[in-house]
Order: sequence, then structure tokens, then C-alpha cells
Amino acid sequence: MTPRSGEDVPGVRKAAVATVPLLVALGVAALLVLLVGENPIEAFRLILQGSLGSADKLSDTAMVWVPLTLAAAGLVITFAAGLWNIGVEGQIALGAIGAALVAREVAAPPIILVPLTLVVGVLFGIVWALFAGALKTYGKVNEIFGGLGLDFVATGLTIYLIIGPWARPGIASTSGTEPFPKDAWLPSLGSTRFSPLAVALTILAVIGVWVLLRGTRFGLKLKAVGKNSHSSYLLGIPTNRYMLGAFALCGALAGLAGAIQATGFHYKLVPSSSGGYGFLGILVVLLAGFRAAYVAPISAFFAIVAVGSISLTLRLDVDSALGAVLTGILVLFALLGTGVRSYRERKRSSTAPRAGPTEAPPVSAEQLG
Amino acid sequence: MEATLATIVAAAAPLIFASVGETISEKAGVINLSLEGSLMLSALAGFVVAFESGNTWLGFAAAAATGAAFAAIVAFASITLWLNQIAVGFVLAILGIALSSFLGSGYTGKPGGAIAVPPLDIPILSDIPFVGGVLFSHNIVVYGSLILVLIMWWYMYNTRPGLALQGVGERPDAAFARGVPVNTLRYVYTILGGALVGIGGAAFTLDVKLGWSFMHTRNFGWIALAIVIFGGWHPVRVAVGVFLFGLLQWLALDLQSTFPDLTQVLPIMPFVLMIFALVLVNANWLRDWADRHPRWGNLVRGDAPSAIGTHFTAE
Repeated sequence: MTPRSGEDVPGVRKAAVATVPLLVALGVAALLVLLVGENPIEAFRLILQGSLGSADKLSDTAMVWVPLTLAAAGLVITFAAGLWNIGVEGQIALGAIGAALVAREVAAPPIILVPLTLVVGVLFGIVWALFAGALKTYGKVNEIFGGLGLDFVATGLTIYLIIGPWARPGIASTSGTEPFPKDAWLPSLGSTRFSPLAVALTILAVIGVWVLLRGTRFGLKLKAVGKNSHSSYLLGIPTNRYMLGAFALCGALAGLAGAIQATGFHYKLVPSSSGGYGFLGILVVLLAGFRAAYVAPISAFFAIVAVGSISLTLRLDVDSALGAVLTGILVLFALLGTGVRSYRERKRSSTAPRAGPTEAPPVSAEQLG
Repeated sequence: MEATLATIVAAAAPLIFASVGETISEKAGVINLSLEGSLMLSALAGFVVAFESGNTWLGFAAAAATGAAFAAIVAFASITLWLNQIAVGFVLAILGIALSSFLGSGYTGKPGGAIAVPPLDIPILSDIPFVGGVLFSHNIVVYGSLILVLIMWWYMYNTRPGLALQGVGERPDAAFARGVPVNTLRYVYTILGGALVGIGGAAFTLDVKLGWSFMHTRNFGWIALAIVIFGGWHPVRVAVGVFLFGLLQWLALDLQSTFPDLTQVLPIMPFVLMIFALVLVNANWLRDWADRHPRWGNLVRGDAPSAIGTHFTAE
């Protein structure tokens, strides 16, 4: 994470800012691997090999990168509007449900069916996000808790569908539904899961979000709402409508992520259809300093670690949560790093106190009450 | 009836520790959003230390220290570094979950019978019909949770340090002008609150939900945060919220035999209902009613501490 106003930061210090948290994270991960009696170097090698070592593994990593990047890109929009869209997990799950509904119930050639699964997934994601938006704007429930509640509902709905109406004939198991008909599968390269369409859509989404926030009137007003919603309201911006718009856009991208998860990775509806990519996406955006441009490369790193640590478990006696620990420590120390830097700046220039170092929306009393 | 109420009171203990702990730090103005992670990791720490040492209370101490350590990071990041409390808390929540999965994988399914909190009937009181069974036939952790609620209630609203605690969270400038060391107290109460969260974690793994499993306290940290809002930052009402949640959980369990198709879904419902109860607490008509009937209204209304989520600096 480089500081926003980097005038007085020389290149060396800039590099340290980015590498120190990474070194701490790798160090902690190495210690944990030592703790369980395995070789850290070997573990890191296996993580890289398990995520990039073959065409199949590279494809899996790409197909984890896709939903993670989509979710993170969507979250950049809600963060710009000053919103903590914790409901993103549920929005991904609803996207998967929407896609599964089409894949199961509609018979059509792939050229129609595949776009339809994605579109319905997007719509389901939008609706779910608007619920969270409505709870916030009309129900005065802080979006963190409204979102959590909707995440719980989405989990319940997914499990209900899997063991209830969409149960596999004979065995109602929580391992998932029957695989979708092949016509509904996202077209992929050869025998891998790699879907050029999914990757192309993801790249378009990131560019779209970047342009939206950089070069449009909507984006500018959205950021105004995020910085100070009360002043924006007084200046004539319909803040509620802008917040709902941000929710809808994030829900659309999250829904797309869920639809792609269902039709391009699992090929069925599974209980944890969000894969935790919503919450991981929040960490990506925090590390990216809320900027769309950094979301794609950071997601790539997170995807490598996530996929790699799953195959690590198959080879060494190391729990796959190692990857999540590594990324968590990385983000924590990056945040603390920005805090320490602005703390030092404050101490050096004893002028008027500056605003907090992160652009994350502060939580006000009205919001929580 | 008696058995049901006794179960709800006993099962509420961990959540009471966690949500009263969170109430204390939010009263002081610091949101510790890490609960989902800190509760889970301290639950593990409590079980592991008790299991390895054979001493239940050492487990509780380790859990309290774990919760306090997480809270100390939140306190340092928000009070000293002025970082966004939600951001740091959220990262710590995810990190705590990950750490507990990683470190706990070897302890899944280990027997905890020998280190469980021993039952302790209170002499004489436990012989009272009905009340004795509901309130006085538990163990020291359950009694501790109930006493904590009463002590915090008394402390916050009837003592001078309690007044200072409220001042720090409501009007830090005014408190500072009266000589209250705002940031020091914020550190103290955030860390104290975190230690209570940790004790709540150990109350899961050493009592209410004995043992360790993957994601052992899943969603309980989030629900504790919601209950603090539901309870309007008032220790007694927060406890009422915990009991209400316990009642919903009992209902969900009871309904499983009636709706066997929904066995997997029903356990999620209390979490859903508890969150959406927040709509009710915030509803305009309820607030209006509370304003018009101050005598009863004060029982239902509750506002967040005014300075919550902000940092304080003496000019």
C-alpha cells in the first residue's frame, strides 16, 4: 500500500511500505509451519506449485481470481459510497442460486442458456443487495448488520434448496445438487475449468468500476456521498438513491461472481457457494486502499495463496487455513503500517490534526443507532 | 418449563460475557468488531490450555488473555493510530477465524469431560422451588455471567468511574475538560471488554459447547455485536437480548421434530430473527412512543454512545 500523498516519501521507503507487511506475513506463516513440524520453504514451494504448477492448477487459480476480483470490484463502489457491504457474501450466494435456477429449469442451446444463467445471477445479486440497501435507508439498520442478517438468510436458503426442493434423487446430502446439464456449463478451454468469457467479463468489470469512479458524474457524486452524506444531501444529491445505486452495482458484480462460481467452477449448487470470497474481497479492497486499479493484482496474489494452500494440505500435514492466516496478517500489518506512518507525520508536523489515514467510511453514531 | 428456562440461562453465559464485554468497550467509544474472530480464537485457546494443563481455570485465563490481546490491537489502532475501527476489527475477525482453524485442527473431537466447568449448586437457594432450578443450580461460570450483568449495571449508572466511562464515550471533550484521562480509559475499557469476550469464548469450549470443532463458535461473535445494539448499550437489556436469542434457539431446536425437512435450516433462523429485530428497535413508531412515554420509553430506547468510532485528541 503506497500512501496517497507520497510527495515526501522517497522510493526506498515506498518499497518498504509494500514489502514489510508481506515479510511479516510470510514470517508468521513460516513460524506456524515450523510449529506443526514441517519445512516452511517446502510449504511455500508447494503453495506456488499447487496454484501455478500446471495448466489445470493455473485454471483453478484463474477461476478463483474471477469471483474474488468481481466481488472486490463491486466493493470498491460501495466503499466509495461510504458503505460496508458485509452482505456481499449473501449476494454471491444469491447469484449462484439464480444461475442454478436457470440451469436446472430452462432447456435451451448453450448460446442462450449460458448468458441467461449469468444475467439471472446478476439480477438475483442486485435484488439481495437492494434488500440490504433498503434496510439501511428505510429500516435504519446499519448495513453491516443488515448485510450479516441477509448473509444468514442466504446460507439458510441455499441449504434449504440443496436438501429440499433441489435435493438429489434418493440422497438428500449437503454436498450439493445434481450437476447442471452440460449445456448450462460455462464454456472452458480443453479439459480445464478456465473460462475465457469469465476472465474477459472480470477485466471489463474492473475497468468499468475504474471509469465509473474516475470519470463519471455518478461516480463523483457517489464519492461525495461517501465522504459526507449529510453535506451531499444538503447540496441536493439524493443520497438514498445513490447509496441504493451503489448497493445495486455491487450486488450485480457479486451476483455475477456467484453465477460464475456455480456454472464455471462447481457445476452445481453447493452449500458454501460464496466460498468466502465476499469477505476475502473486503480484505482485498482494504489492502488496495479502496482503489479499483489495485484490485486485480492483489486478488491474483490472494487467489494463488488460497488455491495453493488447499493443495498444500494434500502433501504436508499443514492445515489449509495457513493461506487465510497469511493474507489476514498481510492486510493487518499493511493497515497498521499506514497508521504508524500518518502517526509519525502527525508527530512531526504539530499543525492542525489531519484526518485518519484510511479512506474507509467512519462509523457515526446515527449509523449505528 | 423449569428445565427449559434453566437451559436457556445456562446456555446464555458465553454470549453474556461476550456482549457485555463489547458493551463496555463501545460505551467507551471503541467498536471492537473483531468478535467473530477473537471469540473463536479465545475459545480455542481456553480449550487447548485447559486440555494440556488439566486446569480449567488456566484455560479461562488464557482465553481472557487472547481476547484482551485482540482488543489491545483494536485499541492501539484506533486510539493511538486513528485507524478506522471497523477496518481493523474486520481484518482481525477474519484473521482470528483463520488462526483458530489452523491451530485448532489437531484438537478437533478431543474429549473435554475432565476439564469441563464443574456444576455447583448454591446451598439453600437451589432448594427454592422453580427459581432454585432456573437460577441457582448451574456452575460458577453461569453465576459469574449473571453477577457481571448486575455489577456492570450498577457500575455504569451509579458510580463515579462509571460516569467517567459514559463521558468518555459520549462527550470526550467535556470529560477531558473535567480531568478524565480519555484515551487511557478507552484503552483500559477496550482491553477489559476484550478479556470478557475471551472468557465468553472459554465458556463455550469448557462448558456450554464442550470441546473443539471446526468453526466451533460460528456466527456467535457477529450475533453478540448485534445484541449490543439490540440492547441499546445497556447491560441489563443486552442480557435480555441474549436470553431472547437463547429462547429463539430453543424454539428452533424444538421445532426440528415438527418440521423434519427444515432440520438444517432451523438452526440459522435465530441469527436471522435477532438481526431483523434491529429493524424493530430502530422503528420510528417505537421511538415516537418512547419519546411520548419517557417512563416506559427508557426501557426500550437506546442510542449509540455519541463519540463511538471516533478518535480523541486533546487540543
